Amino acid sequence: MSGIHVSTKINGDAVEYVCDVEETLLDVLRDKLGMTGSKEGCASGDCGACSVTVDGRLTCSCLMLGAEAQGREIGTIEGIAKGTELHPVQQKILDNAALQCGVCTPGFVVAAKALLEKKPDPTETEVRYWLAGNLCRCTGYDKIIRAVMDAAAEMRGN
Amino acid sequence: MRYESPQTVEAAAALLAGEEGLARVLAGGTDLLVQMRSGMVEPDLIVDVKNIPSMTSIVEENGGYRIGAAVPSAEMNEHKGLCALWPGVMEGADLIGSTQVQGRATMIGNLCNCGPAADSVPGMVAANAIATIVGPNGRRDVPVIDIPVAPGKSTLTKGELVESVFLPARPKRAGDAYLRFIPRTEMDIAVVGVGVSLELDGDGVCTHARVGLGAVAIKVLLVEDAAKALIGTKVDDAALEKVAAATSAACKPIDDKRGTIEFRTKVAGVLATRAAKIALERANARASNGGEK
Repeated sequence: MSGIHVSTKINGDAVEYVCDVEETLLDVLRDKLGMTGSKEGCASGDCGACSVTVDGRLTCSCLMLGAEAQGREIGTIEGIAKGTELHPVQQKILDNAALQCGVCTPGFVVAAKALLEKKPDPTETEVRYWLAGNLCRCTGYDKIIRAVMDAAAEMRGN
Repeated sequence: MRYESPQTVEAAAALLAGEEGLARVLAGGTDLLVQMRSGMVEPDLIVDVKNIPSMTSIVEENGGYRIGAAVPSAEMNEHKGLCALWPGVMEGADLIGSTQVQGRATMIGNLCNCGPAADSVPGMVAANAIATIVGPNGRRDVPVIDIPVAPGKSTLTKGELVESVFLPARPKRAGDAYLRFIPRTEMDIAVVGVGVSLELDGDGVCTHARVGLGAVAIKVLLVEDAAKALIGTKVDDAALEKVAAATSAACKPIDDKRGTIEFRTKVAGVLATRAAKIALERANARASNGGEK
């Protein structure tokens, strides 16, 4: 089991690591790089708690090998707030009390931000379909959806 | 376990052919990583094909489109020309998994995994999509219908991989559609899935039809009798009744937790008629748009 040397970019910073073939990007982020914001819920691509972007595209980091990050640009939850200034999606999740245990929250933030960059004015139905791959067992989803709609409105300047 | 990321499809085929143990192609990885994680497969070699230009691009060719085998569904569904020409194929691929899965999952991975309920396959079968396979003996073109044999089993031989799939040009008055039945609104496996592709002449008479049927047999089926029921008609109610009967007659389903034999057989016919109607509407809409949409 020889290590694979990977050069990649995470949240804009050049990062290098050595990983085993079977290690997922999520394993690398959490166990090698200490970036524990991305969560392992199911490890089978069903729950979305490990959501990241790869070259701007929303992906489950548990469904990708660490080796596949070579030469790509990865975006994680750690790169979303600017210092202490929260992203509107994060702030609206707080304002709407749209989290309880919080395990799903990083995935929802990464996924919702990706939606709003692609579609600044989504309908509620579009938000619900886009986030269908993010599971939350606490909130019943409604507050999360409202938070994303509020964040969208704020980002449009309404 | 070894990981290789070749730059050409020939190099990928050579790696697959030269591996004595178990070799697996890694495109989107949304099936492979789950299978590895659950212990279903333990490959000795993983060949990542996402650094091969011919496998990661969508190229216009003779009025149709050649789609690289590693192109994710999300990228296909953002491609205006592809969505305008083959909306039924695109909507089948778009039903697979979540937004996150869409960002990685490929139509060819869906095909080569050989699941009978694979949502993108009936639409490709209806479109008569042609897969280009590369292996130790060079290239060969194979209709998509001839690739799956049974769950997890394909007609690909050792060292072969699908490089791309070709969706051909079509006349102005042509349309396709895919419908599936699932007991919820999203994120589920088809209980039945039907893809229909139609071409009509200037008088609205169907000149060509293909019907692909999923989740009701050991592999996705081409229902020739359903196509025959459409050809030569104006896709009227009498023709649609025959389509439903022919599609139901082609079913060889199993009873399982997702549906009974009786239910699947009935629903297959219903979905075939509905998909044919949508394909017809799309054909007429596209023709009135001058073949653009």
